Amino acid sequence: MAEAAESPGDRGTASPRPLFAGLSDISISQDIPIEGEITIPMRSRNREFDSSTLNESVRNTIMRDLKAVGKKFMHVLYPRKSNTLLRDWDLWGPLILCVTLALMLQRGSVDSEKDGGPQFAEVFVILWFGAVTITLNSKLLGGNISFFQSLCVLGYCILPLTVAMLICRLVLLAEPGPVNFTVRLFVVIVMFAWSIAASTAFLADSQPPNRKALAVYPVFLFYFVISWMILTFTPQ
Amino acid sequence: MAAADELAFHEFEEATSLLAETPDAATTSRSGQLASPGHVAVAVGSGGTYGAEDDEEEGDKTALLQEEKPQPGFWTFSYYQRFFDVDTAQVLDRIKGSLLPRPGHNFVQHHLRNHPDLYGPFWICATLAFVLAVTGNLTLVLAQRRDPSIRYSPQFHKVTVAGITIYCYAWLVPLALWGFLRWRQGVRERVGPYSLLETVCVYGYSLFVFIPMVVLWLIPVPWLQWLFGALALALSTAGLVLTLWPVVREDTRLVAAALLSTVVLLHFLLAMGCKLYFFQPLPAEQVAPPAQVTSLTLHTHLPPTLARSVATP
Repeated sequence: MAEAAESPGDRGTASPRPLFAGLSDISISQDIPIEGEITIPMRSRNREFDSSTLNESVRNTIMRDLKAVGKKFMHVLYPRKSNTLLRDWDLWGPLILCVTLALMLQRGSVDSEKDGGPQFAEVFVILWFGAVTITLNSKLLGGNISFFQSLCVLGYCILPLTVAMLICRLVLLAEPGPVNFTVRLFVVIVMFAWSIAASTAFLADSQPPNRKALAVYPVFLFYFVISWMILTFTPQ
Repeated sequence: MAAADELAFHEFEEATSLLAETPDAATTSRSGQLASPGHVAVAVGSGGTYGAEDDEEEGDKTALLQEEKPQPGFWTFSYYQRFFDVDTAQVLDRIKGSLLPRPGHNFVQHHLRNHPDLYGPFWICATLAFVLAVTGNLTLVLAQRRDPSIRYSPQFHKVTVAGITIYCYAWLVPLALWGFLRWRQGVRERVGPYSLLETVCVYGYSLFVFIPMVVLWLIPVPWLQWLFGALALALSTAGLVLTLWPVVREDTRLVAAALLSTVVLLHFLLAMGCKLYFFQPLPAEQVAPPAQVTSLTLHTHLPPTLARSVATP
């Protein structure tokens, strides 16, 4: 993009300029080319680059980020050996998923009894501190994955379980009975296996082979706890 | 020439006198070096069935290797990476060693081999805490099947209670034990105490046997539950006592007996507490238990759809 926003003054000079060549032009005023723009070429290049994202509409900015998040959702739903989640990591997806799951899992405010389901804060803390603990564990075991990449993968792989939560909520609107429970159990088990498969596909390669099981077991425990919370959810 | 011969003879005499002196100095410094890693001295003292010389050499070599590497500071990441330097096979071997304690084999010496880790204790405690909460909740499901007036609830606060209890037990009790053993170090000459990490490891791995015990407590037969509890407790405390016995043996009999009985008692209290708090007694068939009547009187007025909303297969 920097090359596309080149000032017209530079096109007059046929030779390609090295990167910081403009800096030497700043100090001596008579060396600044007077054709084209009077402003210094280096700075004007930067200003046009900034304004290209500053001036775009809010819709474009949001859509760009949403498309990146959506692309990663697709990579989780159809796990292949690709590096997209690791290369362009972001934490928007995990945040959206975590907030959605915690909002759906919390018990209602009118419920005052002691033993109910988890509160919003409890789910949120379990999700984020669980992910941080697993990441630290993986790094301490000697994995070559960065901290935020691992958080990103673990957060995005909650997507199947969030879908399971949505389905369970819909199923709970129907007639309660053993069929109800069996359907929910089946959905949760399938999505749990999907989450583990997706996260293992991304995370297992970062560990040496004699420690893979040590790194994968906490992921299994993490998703198991989330699945348990989803399965035992009772609407008030 | 005679002078040179005399000089040579003198040197030889001095050399022999020096050699006569140095063996003592060498042995005292060597034994001093051996006493610092405590488990190696334990090998010499217990006179185990395996070759004590091999362990001495191994301990010597590992002690030298450790002294060569500069210790990183506790604020660096690599300091904590040393405690996670285990392979899958090693962790599984340590778990097997804690499940089947044998009288000749000291867990610290035989399985840890001067290489304690934090992975096992941390994740065994986490697994135990979650398994306790989940199976405790499952017994409520089973109770509801027998007595439909019991209302099912996820009881999420039990996860918090379980986590705090297990982690405090598995980390504070070894800390207290380690402190006590170091305080009594003056009484024993030969045997040094275990390091803090080794004590935490011993306790952490000894808690592993509680995980299958808790899962088997789902079977709603009371005498079977007590049997499993007793079996698991026996295995776990046997492992602890066998590990602590070589260290405590040289102390006075009173202190040794008091320490071992405290360790056993605390372990017993943990198992008892888990059983009583997380596993409510199942109601008899078609009879509501009196203990839950007071909590149920509030719920019997709720519309029946709420009680039916959680269906069991």
